[in-house]
Amino acid sequence: MRLIVNGEDQDIASQTLAELLISLDYEGDWLATAVNGEIVHRDDRAAFDLNDHDRIEILSPMQGG
Amino acid sequence: MLELYGAKVSSRLLLGTARYPSPAILADAVRVSKTEILTVSLRRETAGGKQGGAFFQMIRDLGTRILPNTAGCHTASEAVLTAQMAREVFGTNWIKLEVIGHHDTLQPDVFALVDAARILCADGFEVFPYTTDDLVVGEKLLDAGCKVLMPWCAPIGSAMGPQNIPALRSMRAHFPDVPLIIDAGLGRPSHAALVMELGFDAVLLNTAVAGAGDPVQMAGAFANAIEAGHSGYKAGLLEPRDMAVPSTPIIGKAVFS
Repeated sequence: MRLIVNGEDQDIASQTLAELLISLDYEGDWLATAVNGEIVHRDDRAAFDLNDHDRIEILSPMQGG
Repeated sequence: MLELYGAKVSSRLLLGTARYPSPAILADAVRVSKTEILTVSLRRETAGGKQGGAFFQMIRDLGTRILPNTAGCHTASEAVLTAQMAREVFGTNWIKLEVIGHHDTLQPDVFALVDAARILCADGFEVFPYTTDDLVVGEKLLDAGCKVLMPWCAPIGSAMGPQNIPALRSMRAHFPDVPLIIDAGLGRPSHAALVMELGFDAVLLNTAVAGAGDPVQMAGAFANAIEAGHSGYKAGLLEPRDMAVPSTPIIGKAVFS
């Protein structure tokens, strides 16, 4: 399945958002996720099915003013 | 004490966390200045997701309140989504709402700002809007549900200091009961003292501290200036006048000729 993860085109077999995070070695309770411009809460990731060409954003804390 | 959305804080300095030479210097600047509120942001995490975690742990260890921002957003929808994601990560309803309208001056798009503020306030967020000194925009932000306003006094990172003092005076006079925090444009402790003497409630700094030769010493200098300016405002400042007024009483003065 073709997915756009943080702006990069990737070919990934994961069926759900939770599986995607595991397959890309993301971990920790400090991540926020959105798919196609809509937030997907932490508790909803396991049940959130991905589709071809979905745009996924994975954000984490960083320095800011 | 300063009260922001029900939270009482002693320090009137809010500090950004970007551009410090090292995390240790940031931590020392926070301790020396006794700041109680730090701004943070969200960015794309590279695969592995470790960098953000290390930074977040350091911020948590400092024990301050966290004010996430929507820096870099140029539309209301981007800012709303970023705010929602920040709430998920940081576990706070506080959001420093930035919707940038101009690439060079980084001035806010106040129309999109009001739109985003309305959506976020309705969704339970406690919004700290980065705005201009425009009174009408301030009114609309309050109508949208904001209970704090954060006007710029010069472009972000410019270090120019207050560029329109009469407008800042008007803002203080027009919103006597609204916490007003100067966000952006300060360069020197004297700038901070000046806006505090005008009656502003607090100051949010980043570049002026992080970019200083010694950020830790500068954080302390700003903290002192903010306290001095606030104390001076509370004490009641004299207004300037054109003519001299002798400070020593004339009555009883000897006459020698």
